[in-house]
Amino acid sequence: MFQIRIHGRGGQGVVTATEMLSVAAFEEGRHAQAFPSFGSERTGAPVVAFCRIDDKEIRLREPIMAPDALIIQDPTLLHQIDVFAGLQPDGYVLLNSHHSFEDLGLGDLVRSRGMQRLCTLPATELGLKHVGRPIPNVPLIAGFAALSGIIRLESVIKAINEKFAGRVAEGNIAAATEAYNLVKEQMKEHENA
Amino acid sequence: MLKQTEGSKAVAEAIALCRPEVICAYPISPQTHIVEALGEMVKAGELAPCEFINVESEFAAMSVAIGSSAAGARSYTATASQGLLFMVEAVYNASGLGLPIVMTVANRAIGAPINIWNDHSDSLSQRDSGWMQLFAETNQEAVDLHIQAFRLAEELSMPIMVCMDGFILTHAFERVDIPSQEQVDAYLPPFDPRQVLDPAEPISIGAMVGPEAFMEVKYLAHAKQMQALELIPQLAAEFKQVFGRESGGLVRTYRAEDAETMIVAMGSVLGTIKDTVDDMREQGHKIGVLGITSYRPFPLAQVREALVDCKRFLVLEKSLAVGMGGILATDVRMAVRGTGLKGFTVIAGLGGRPIPKASLQKIFLEAEEESLEPVTFLDLDWDAVNKQLERERQNRHSGPIAENILHDKGMSSAAKFG
Repeated sequence: MFQIRIHGRGGQGVVTATEMLSVAAFEEGRHAQAFPSFGSERTGAPVVAFCRIDDKEIRLREPIMAPDALIIQDPTLLHQIDVFAGLQPDGYVLLNSHHSFEDLGLGDLVRSRGMQRLCTLPATELGLKHVGRPIPNVPLIAGFAALSGIIRLESVIKAINEKFAGRVAEGNIAAATEAYNLVKEQMKEHENA
Repeated sequence: MLKQTEGSKAVAEAIALCRPEVICAYPISPQTHIVEALGEMVKAGELAPCEFINVESEFAAMSVAIGSSAAGARSYTATASQGLLFMVEAVYNASGLGLPIVMTVANRAIGAPINIWNDHSDSLSQRDSGWMQLFAETNQEAVDLHIQAFRLAEELSMPIMVCMDGFILTHAFERVDIPSQEQVDAYLPPFDPRQVLDPAEPISIGAMVGPEAFMEVKYLAHAKQMQALELIPQLAAEFKQVFGRESGGLVRTYRAEDAETMIVAMGSVLGTIKDTVDDMREQGHKIGVLGITSYRPFPLAQVREALVDCKRFLVLEKSLAVGMGGILATDVRMAVRGTGLKGFTVIAGLGGRPIPKASLQKIFLEAEEESLEPVTFLDLDWDAVNKQLERERQNRHSGPIAENILHDKGMSSAAKFG
């Protein structure tokens, strides 16, 4: 079973992101379970949502306390809560920022884990550019597909088409595709480094 | 059709397939998505003929359902928590009048302190109201139980609550097989009411009944629930024939063969319990599970049969009879009276407290060793409890408990996750 935890703020589409991840996994014939932490739904308040992916029925209903991957939709959360709590030693981290981990004061994370499974992505900018709204969720799940290989970009695009229609869908697909390619490039650089 | 969808959305689709003629509801978390989706379907003309009635409160929701059901319309509503409590007088009337209303309860805690998260306090508070109550383990089962519920309610002319864990199921996206209209039509015939208000043949429903007949009317309500004990397994078997899967029934066991310790529970927590039991079985523990689907009527004989060969059982319940202990556990103990079996009650998950596998394994091992107290509160923060008790000893004006505990834990509810 692969477990993903997404941290963000109310209004950033955190819950929608896990739902779309689960739809993408379902499109690949896998079992998936997405659920919110049922916390406060106020705009701007910290929000957590979860997604599990497996090849068999998922019965477990506990919150994800030891994730295999973290997606952090808002870097200001780093100062507020321990987003890294329980992250597996070989876990993936995808962080929405145009800064590097070092610039964000996360040099220790890079030194202890290496860069193979860490990545930053300017997802808010991608949302603005392609959809006209500062919502980072879709670029981040496409970036996660690139970073982890757990789901394919085509499945993310299917999930987008299920959720959105018309120009919004087109914009999100463009954002997702660019995000996917940006992360792939970064991963190549990390490998070569 | 197999879909990856939200529990609420799946239930709304299942309700629509049951061809309700009147839906009346007042929104309350975590039930809101269900009636919102149904409202959209009615407005778009996808669900017709059906009247969606926006009411001003839950009391009105149940009152309208009573009226529409008495007029011969298949009637549906949904609620949770304080909403259920607000409609209670009408809830008793619906069952007292023998009207086959189907209501989803998206189980949620009852305040104060106000809390929107899941436990079973709401529907269990209505255990004696004369409504049947079925508990869903997964969103698939929530879909299936609603389809069975209309059959059951209408055959007996008694109302039924289909209970699904608020947020944990209602807001979870998972794989659900939504049946076809043809399948549901083959299983669920049109509503043929036992009693109907018809201007062409006027009758009255809701007579005042004195001591000369009240007992008999009440006994007949009990007798109908006893009939339901026979009917529920039949309907589940018939459901399997039409839809090809097991859903519903009175109780279900899991890895119960040769089990010395049995875990008894209701609802979605059974999934986490089964995973825990799998782990423990691998380690050589003789442990099994009894899931109770039908809480009312309570299947005393089936529970007894499932437990009689074990050495001890643990009832894990998301409810608390304050001043007593367990609610479900009391019924389970009634079922095994005279067997000498050791029973433990574990109160867990109140107000949405997570129920992790690690905590379950720990408490199951303690049950196996029979070192558990008769009533235990899973993952209770004793420091917080003792601090407040000490505060009350020290200071007559110790202030409001909920605010004190939040302060001691150094948290606003927004900063916490998981």
